This record gives sequence, structure tokens and C-alpha cells, in this order.
Amino acid sequence: MENRVVITGLGVVAPNGVGLDAFLQAIRNGTSGIEFYPELKELGFSCCIGGIPSVSEELKRAYFTELQLRGFNSSGILYGCMAGMDAWKDAGLSITDETDYDSGTIFGTGTSGVEKFREAVYLLDDKKVKRLGSTVVAQTMASGVSAYLGGILGLGNQVTTNSSACSTGTEAILMGYDRIKAGRARRMLIGSCSDHGAYLWGGFDAMRVLTYKHNDTPEQGSRPMSATASGFVPGSGAGAMVLESLESALERNAPIYGEILGGEVNSGGQRKEGSMTAPNSEAVQRCIRQALENAGIQAADIDTINGHLTATSKDFTEIDNWAKALNLAGNAFPYINSLKSMVGHCLAAAGAIESVACVLQLKHNFIFPNINCEDLNEEIEALISPEKIPQKVIEQDVNIVAKASFGFGDVNACVIFKKYKKI
Amino acid sequence: MSDTAQMMKDLKEIVKPYIQNQEAFENLKEDTDFINDLKINSANLVDVVLDIEDKFDIEIDNDSMDKMLNVKAALDIINSKIAAR
Repeated sequence: MENRVVITGLGVVAPNGVGLDAFLQAIRNGTSGIEFYPELKELGFSCCIGGIPSVSEELKRAYFTELQLRGFNSSGILYGCMAGMDAWKDAGLSITDETDYDSGTIFGTGTSGVEKFREAVYLLDDKKVKRLGSTVVAQTMASGVSAYLGGILGLGNQVTTNSSACSTGTEAILMGYDRIKAGRARRMLIGSCSDHGAYLWGGFDAMRVLTYKHNDTPEQGSRPMSATASGFVPGSGAGAMVLESLESALERNAPIYGEILGGEVNSGGQRKEGSMTAPNSEAVQRCIRQALENAGIQAADIDTINGHLTATSKDFTEIDNWAKALNLAGNAFPYINSLKSMVGHCLAAAGAIESVACVLQLKHNFIFPNINCEDLNEEIEALISPEKIPQKVIEQDVNIVAKASFGFGDVNACVIFKKYKKI
Repeated sequence: MSDTAQMMKDLKEIVKPYIQNQEAFENLKEDTDFINDLKINSANLVDVVLDIEDKFDIEIDNDSMDKMLNVKAALDIINSKIAAR
């Protein structure tokens, strides 16, 4: 028999809140974590605003030893380990000297340790290869974050890193879900993280997909679904969840945040209007429909959608795809929100941070507000009722949340979260 | 303080962040082995060598590094590199 899969722990390091309590409060209140960064202006960026979690040196030392922090310069691994360790603790799990063969991790990222890599490149070009020391490889290998977490927590099941651009975190959830469902692991710590800063964000600035209109008004910069959306705001951070077989969770008497009913990952193959950077709508709709089918739910069962919704011209296309896939429009359309209005687009970390927000909505019965869309995009308004795009927090019972993420490479992921009930 | 005693003290300071056996560290002697006694992760030995290079303004070649397994060997190599400077 296949295992049911539940969520027993959460961790988050987001631009508008580090730690679950701070993050929960921030998303309820619609608090922006976007700030102006003078170093971006100094470097000649068009977009000089971004989202960076606030982590003090003191806080770092609550998670890492002095030795681990020697020569440490990988913000993504820092955020990932913090979120992962928090989720582990939140699930009531302990760290022992034994290897835990029942627990693994799939912790994704896009790139790892770009600033560390930059340090290394300078030394290498200066013919000082020996000066790299022992710390470059572990911090710049793509699987750095899962390797760190595996060691810290003593994980003995699969320990790996997935990577599918901005759908990475959502994909990780489904990969962990599959492994537990199939009985190959009892617990999987899943999540994703992303570095912050110029060396990661520069490529996006060059593509002119970031907004350059809000350098003086950073908190208003990230405007998903707004008529004045003008590109996304880059973010960073990490989100993490402990996924567990229901059997294991009940045995341990663990707190249960919710259940994963299923989902789907696919790709548009960069055919039709799909490309490296744009989604093939047919594939997006197919992904959503298949996710519902795999989860065994109807479109009308969805209380609220957490979209990808980055604040580009593609927001309308995304909502159009949801409407077509669900065959719902106007007032019948579920509520929809985008966390990116508060934290920006956290790139590879987006799916995981946003999924943590989804699960908090289930657990605490609210729908967090969208900010910066007081001037709704007219096409979107014509398609779905404006009241389905909450601009103030809605306190109501939330039973089912649908979450989707889409990424470069024309890749899609959609997961269905449900409040846990015994039967 | 003799030169050797001072050098021991400097070396002790250098290895301090990497050691995982406090007792062996506190009783650091000439025959203390970096990996077996101090339990320094073998990957971190390269970092110890870099820190030694910085502290004593010397360069340690690969052959010398391979021999630097305990305190005495390290002191000998540091001394010979300083002498050759």
C-alpha cells in the first residue's frame, strides 16, 4: 500500500521574515522585505532593489560552528541550512551521533556559492590555486546545501540537490513526496535555497526582466497582477519542510501541518510559445490538470491558489492558464495570491518559501494579502473577479491550497496541499 | 621565551580552530599528530598549511606538506623554510 505523506516541520528564511513566527506575522500583515541596495547602484544595475533575509553574525553562530564559518561565503547554503535545521527541529526530530537511514533530503538550488566562486576565480587568475584552501568545493558544488544538511542532521537516506530554475522548490516537494509514498524513506527534508546579491542577480538585470522603476520606492517595487507591473524584483532565502509518512508521524505523535495529496511536474519542451524563458501554455494547463487528477480533487475543491506570478506581463497568461485548466472564471475562480509581492522573486528558493506560506495558510486558516496591486491589471480583472485577489488578509477556513511554480527551461511544477484529516 | 617555544605557541594558535580533541590540544607536544591526536579533518590540513604560510611568511611546497603530519615535522619544516628565505 502506498504511504500518505504529511508535513510535520517547517522552516523559512525569507526577506520579510527569518524564522516561522516572524514570517507568519509578515505574510499576514503584508509586510514587504524589499530594500534598496547601494552596492547594486554602485555596480551600475538598472534594478537596485532586492530581497535579502536579515541574518546577523550572532544568528549564524546559532546554526554553524566557528570552524564551519571559517572561509564561509555561500549565502544560499547559509539560508538553506538555517531553514532545514529549523524544519527538522520544528518536526520534533533530534540530532544524534547515529546515521538515520530512514531520513534523507532533497534540497534544491540554482547555483551555489557564487560569491565564494568569485573569490576563487580571482585567486586562480592570480596563479594562486593553492590559496583556495579546502572550502571552495563544498560551497560551490551544486549539492553543497544538501551535503551540509546531510552532515549536520546525520541523514542516511537519499541526500541530493535538484535544480529546475524557479520551479526547484516545488519540484523538490514532489520528489520527496514520491520517495515517501513509494516507501523508500520515512522522512524527507525538502526545500530550496538561493544566494543573494549582484553576482547572481546580474544576469537577470542584463536580460531586462527586473523592474528599474522603483529604486526610490523599493517596497512598492514588486507588483504581481498590477497594471503597473514592470518586471520582477530579485530575492533570496530558503524554505524547508519535513515530509513524513503518515504512519511515521502518528508513531512519533508529531505535529501535522497538512497533507500532500499529490501534484505534477512537466515541461513544455520549448515548443509552441514555450522557449528557454517563456512557458508553453498547453504544458502549464496540462501540469495543473494532471496535478488535480493525481491529487484526486476537483477544481472547485481549491480554496486558494498560490501562483508563480512574478510581476511581468506573463501574470495574465498565468491566470488565463489557471482559468482554462480549472475551467473556472469570474466569481467561481478560487482566491489567488503571490508571495512575490512581499519578498520578490526568490528564484530557486521561490517554490519552497512560497510553499511554506501555503502550508501556514492551511494550518492557521487565513489567506495572505497581495500587496502592490491596488491598480489591478485590466485583462486579469476581466477574467477573474477582483475580490478573488485579496488585498487584505482573509480569515477563513482553508482546506485545499494549489501551488504552482514555473521555471526557465519551460519547466512546470504544481502541488496540492490539504488540511490533514484522519480519513 | 625561546624561538621554539614561541613557534609552538603560534602553531597552537593556528591549529586551534580546526581541532576536534580538546584534551590533546591542551597537552600539545612535539609528537602530537594532527589527524590522529588532534582529530583535525584531513581536508582542513590544507587550511592549516595556508595559515602557517601567512603567519611565518613562507611557502610550503607539496612534498613538505605531505610530511607535515605532527607538531615536530611542522616546526622543522617551518624552520627550514625560514632559513631558506
